[in-house]
Amino acid sequence: MIKEIVQGMAFTLKQMLSRPLTVQYPEEQKPVPVRHRGRHILHRYDNGLERCIGCELCAANCPVGCIYVEAAENDPANPVSPGERYAIRYEINLMRCIYCGYCAEACPTEAITLGPQYELADYRREHTVVTKAELLESWPHFAQSRRPPSPRGAGADQTGREEIDPGVSPRLAWDLVDARRQSGQGPHAGDLGIPADVPTVTEPGTTRDNA
Amino acid sequence: MIASFWTALVGGDFWWVLVLKSAFLVLFLATAFAYLTLAERKVSARIQLRYGPNRVGPFGLLQPAADGIKLFFKENAGPSNRDRILFFVGPSLAGAAAMLAYAFIPLGTNSWFGYQFHWDITHANVGLLVILGVTSLGVYSLFLGGWSANSKYSLLGGLRSSAQLISYEMAVAFALIGAVILAGSLDLEQIVGSQQHLWFIVLQPLAFILYFIGAFAETNRLPFDLPEAETELVGGYHTEYSSMRFGLYFLGEYVNMVTVCSIATALFLGGWLPLLPFHPFDWIPGPFWFLGKVIALLFIMMWVRWTLPRLRYDRLMNFGWKVLLPLGLLNIVITGAIVAVRA
Repeated sequence: MIKEIVQGMAFTLKQMLSRPLTVQYPEEQKPVPVRHRGRHILHRYDNGLERCIGCELCAANCPVGCIYVEAAENDPANPVSPGERYAIRYEINLMRCIYCGYCAEACPTEAITLGPQYELADYRREHTVVTKAELLESWPHFAQSRRPPSPRGAGADQTGREEIDPGVSPRLAWDLVDARRQSGQGPHAGDLGIPADVPTVTEPGTTRDNA
Repeated sequence: MIASFWTALVGGDFWWVLVLKSAFLVLFLATAFAYLTLAERKVSARIQLRYGPNRVGPFGLLQPAADGIKLFFKENAGPSNRDRILFFVGPSLAGAAAMLAYAFIPLGTNSWFGYQFHWDITHANVGLLVILGVTSLGVYSLFLGGWSANSKYSLLGGLRSSAQLISYEMAVAFALIGAVILAGSLDLEQIVGSQQHLWFIVLQPLAFILYFIGAFAETNRLPFDLPEAETELVGGYHTEYSSMRFGLYFLGEYVNMVTVCSIATALFLGGWLPLLPFHPFDWIPGPFWFLGKVIALLFIMMWVRWTLPRLRYDRLMNFGWKVLLPLGLLNIVITGAIVAVRA
C-alpha cells in the first residue's frame, strides 16, 4: 500500500513539474487540419476572374438548402467570370449549414471549398448569413479572405440591389434596417423588426422540393 | 480580581494591542482562506496538466475576490422545513471554531524597545488542550448543519463527519502525546522551546505521520473526505447551503487546514525556530519561519488530495481504530519508556 502511495505521489509531482497541455484559446490557437471543413471560400482564377459561374449546382446539392445563388449575365467587355454567367448574389446561411462539403464536391469549376475559418459565432442571427463579399477571395490579396468576416460587410456587388430586386435575404434586410436606423430614418433603436417594405427571399430548399 | 483574570486570560498586553492583533488575525485567516482556494485550484490544475484560473488579474490572483463577490451576491436559499436557528448556527460555528483555535497557536516573540511582543493573541499553559477542545467544536457545525437542513444527504454527511471526527480525534490526540511527553509540558511555547536543538519530527517520526494522517480526516479532505463525498452524498452536510453560508463552511474547512498544519509545525517542526540555529537563518523573524513551514505542509495536503482516491467508509473506520490508534498507543509506551529510563 505504501509503495503504491509513493508511486502515485511521485507521478503527480512529475505532472506538476511538466508543462501544461492547455491551449490558451483566444491568444493561442492550434492550426486546423489541412482538410478542415470550416466556413466556405469562393475562389478566383489566378488572373482575378471569379471561378463561380452561377450554375447553382451547389445549392441544388446542398442537403439542408442553406445556399442561395442568383446568376447574372456576364458583360463580354468586362466579364466577372470566364463563362456566360456569374453569381451576382451568393449567400450561405451558416446557422443551417452542416459543413458536409457536398457543395464543394458538386462544383464543376472548384469555385467553392470549405476553409479553415471556424470562429463563426455572432451576436446577430442575421450576420451568420454570409454574403459573396465575405466569401470571395480578395484579389490580388488572396490571403485576406481568410480573415474573419467584417461585422458590417454587406456585399459590394449587391449595393443598391435591394431596391430593384423583390427577393432580399435576411442578412440584407438586417443591413438595410441597420443603416436606416443609424441614419435616424428607420425604426428606433431596440425596435429591430424587419419593416414591411423589405420582402424576404423564398427559401431555395422548398422550391427544389416542389420541382 | 477582574484585572488578574484579564492578565491570566490575555497576558500583559494592552487591550488595544489585543484588538489589533485579533483584527489582523481574522483578516489574515480570511485572506489565507481566499488564497488557499486559489492555491488548491492551481495545484490541482498543474497536476492535471492545466493552468488553473489565470484570467482574473495577473496569474489569476484576483480570482478569490471574484469568487467572494459571487458568493455574497448569491441567493441565500435553504430548505423550507429547515430548523431555522440551527441552520444559521451551523456555518457560523464552522468559521468561528476554526478561527478561535488560531488564537492559541504560538507564533514566536520579538523584543522591540524593551516591549516583549507576542505574535500570537494569547497564551495558555495548557494551550494544546485548549486547541484540541476548540477544534473539536467544529464537529458541531458539521453535524448541526447536516441535521438542521432536514435533508437525507445532509443528515448522512453530518453523521459520517461526526463519527469520523470523533474516531480520528483519538488517534490525533494520542499522536500528540508523544511530543508532549518529550517536552514535559502542554504549553505550546515550551514545546517549541524544547525543540531548540532537535525538532521533534526526528525523535517522533511515527507520531508526526500519525498526526498528519489524522489531520486529513480532521479537515475532511481526501482521501478521508467522506462527510462531503461529492459522488455519493451530493455535497454531504453542506448540500442544502448556498451563498455565503456555504462560503463559511468552506472558510472553516480551509482555516482548519491552516490550524492543523500550524499544530503540526509547533509540535513537530520546531514552530518559529529557524531551519538551522545560526546566521543567516535566524535573521528571518520567527513568524516567517512558522508561515513557511505551514505553507509547506499545506502544499503536501493539497498534493495528497489530488493524488489519492477516497477510502471506503468501513475501511476509514477500521484504519482509524485498528491501525492509527494502536500505533499511537505504541508510540506513547515507547516514548514514555525511553524518557523514564533516561531520567
